Amino acid sequence: MTVGPVTPSTETPSADEPAAVEGRSLGRIAWARLRRDRVALDGGITVLLLILVAALAPLINRVFGHPVNEYHQDRIDPNLGGIPPVGTWGGISSEFLLGVQPVTGRDLFSQILYGAQTSLLIAFAATVLAVVIGIVVGVSAGFFGGWLDSLFSRFMDLILAFPLILFAIALISVLPPTRAFRTAVMIVVIGGFSWPYIGRIVRGQTLSLREREFVESARSIGAGNVRIIVKELLPNLAAPILVYATLIIPTNILFEAALSFLGVGVPPPTPSWGRLLSDAVQYYEYDPTYMVVPGMAIFVTVLAFNLFGDGLRDALDPKANR
Amino acid sequence: MTHYIIRRVLTSAVLMIIISMVTFGVFFMVPKLAGTNPAELYVGKQATPADVAATARKLGLDQPVTVQYARFAKGLVAGRDLDDGPNRTHCAAPCFGYSFRNDRPVWPLLLDRLPVTVSLAVGAAVLWLAGGVLAGVVSALRRGGPLDRTMMVLALAGVSLPVYFTGLLAQLVFVHTLHWLPGGEYVNLADDPAGWAAKLLLGWVTLALLYAAAYARLTRAQMLETVGEDYIRTARAKGLRERTVIGKHVMRSVLTPLVTIFGLDIGGLLGGAILTESVFGLPGIGRLSIDAVNTKDLPVVLGVTLFGALFIVLANFIVDLLYAVIDPRVRLG
Repeated sequence: MTVGPVTPSTETPSADEPAAVEGRSLGRIAWARLRRDRVALDGGITVLLLILVAALAPLINRVFGHPVNEYHQDRIDPNLGGIPPVGTWGGISSEFLLGVQPVTGRDLFSQILYGAQTSLLIAFAATVLAVVIGIVVGVSAGFFGGWLDSLFSRFMDLILAFPLILFAIALISVLPPTRAFRTAVMIVVIGGFSWPYIGRIVRGQTLSLREREFVESARSIGAGNVRIIVKELLPNLAAPILVYATLIIPTNILFEAALSFLGVGVPPPTPSWGRLLSDAVQYYEYDPTYMVVPGMAIFVTVLAFNLFGDGLRDALDPKANR
Repeated sequence: MTHYIIRRVLTSAVLMIIISMVTFGVFFMVPKLAGTNPAELYVGKQATPADVAATARKLGLDQPVTVQYARFAKGLVAGRDLDDGPNRTHCAAPCFGYSFRNDRPVWPLLLDRLPVTVSLAVGAAVLWLAGGVLAGVVSALRRGGPLDRTMMVLALAGVSLPVYFTGLLAQLVFVHTLHWLPGGEYVNLADDPAGWAAKLLLGWVTLALLYAAAYARLTRAQMLETVGEDYIRTARAKGLRERTVIGKHVMRSVLTPLVTIFGLDIGGLLGGAILTESVFGLPGIGRLSIDAVNTKDLPVVLGVTLFGALFIVLANFIVDLLYAVIDPRVRLG
């Protein structure tokens, strides 16, 4: 799929986009389309809510939760080996909205809440990193061509040929596991492996854009390479970059959760959805709620981003005639 | 065609060499930068400095990284001797390193685990190819209809479900609650085919679900794009039956991206389906690497990573050859 440049003249009016198309920017057309896409909108709203929840986690937790690492062993059933929580459904009650962790009795709601912070922080930061590297490499490769293009393209092939998770866990495991350092390493590793997806798209778009008349006309009035890239190319690349950035966020969330699941994520006691799930492996026969809750958190978050990203792509695609 | 093959063989070989260099470099530079002595990782915590020094010598860790890499590369091709004075250990080619935790070369460890991973990957691949492509084609043919919409929402949900969640759910329901499938250990195909299949079934289905969803989306998108092409209109204008148009002309162009993705996916999985293997307790290559990571058995981690890369590069190579068969234009490029 291709997302065309922001020149209104290239927009072809489709059946459900009557006469008014002329003069509207791609952004406005996209918004009009997105507004009619209920599923994508629901995804977008969920995404916004999730970001809000993650940002306001301490506040929300003060009202509805308990301190993250506070033990509530009175909530654990002593008759069953001190493992599963008291009550059905993993100890869900008005006091513990999502139940408690087996053995320790920590509030699962608080864990999920702060887990959202961990997950979104790492996924967003990694995505920003991927987008920045992707733009720099993709634009340079596409715009300057020649040996630089070959070099960068081969480099992207190389990264995509790496056994991703394997390499990531191996690399992370040999580095010291302090919280800040591990977080930084995870961002670098996840971002460092996902930028070629952006890079390839940007390169392809740049290749076709640089031959367009408006680039030539800019050059004819004396614009230099930097000015052409910043003023002419980047605005036209914004749409595909936005779409693909939205679509690699869920992949990065899954990647973070997978690393945490495998035991090389952010170290405890920092809450993480992936680690909750891997912890639940020992208990899920007796306490399935403890496994289902973080699993659903990951699923809902990833699905929301995917729905929104998919809708955004359809909305920004001038070729789509839905 | 011969020219094309030779060029691809060379590119793949170069790619493999670079990957091995990068991986090797990372594994032997990073601990140094982080201030740990890799030799300490190999010997136990109670080891004396002399033990550490002896291990460092045996592994050649006291040498510069270039020398170490050259030895490692030579070991891959011709085998090598690991020398620490009285104990000489021979590591036959292809020497992927020597695991001191297991006191065995890495290569036979990999070979031991390979059948499990292959069983898992191939079984899942059959399921997801059949299911995914079929769902994609049906969706594209019923574009915009309720069936298409339902299927695409399901597919999007499918790609959003991590295997370590669906896998646990599936085990909870089918193994622990309904008792339809056995828990237990993995058994070899040759020893007990029924037990083998029963143990792998959930792994196949969970893995296939994830990939089938992605393949359905890809197939549908590619089909819809192709149906709009001029040559499809021409084919219809010639009076060809719809079945021939879809089955022969459309599917041929759908095949190209499918083959690419399939090559990458199967290559990646054969190098170790880490997540699936750890969820279902399958003793495959992925499990080996996770265990090695947990016990800090660096030679095994390095070996598995390179082995995984080998599969991806190999899969890419085969995909490129298939391209040339499917799409004659590629050969000219």
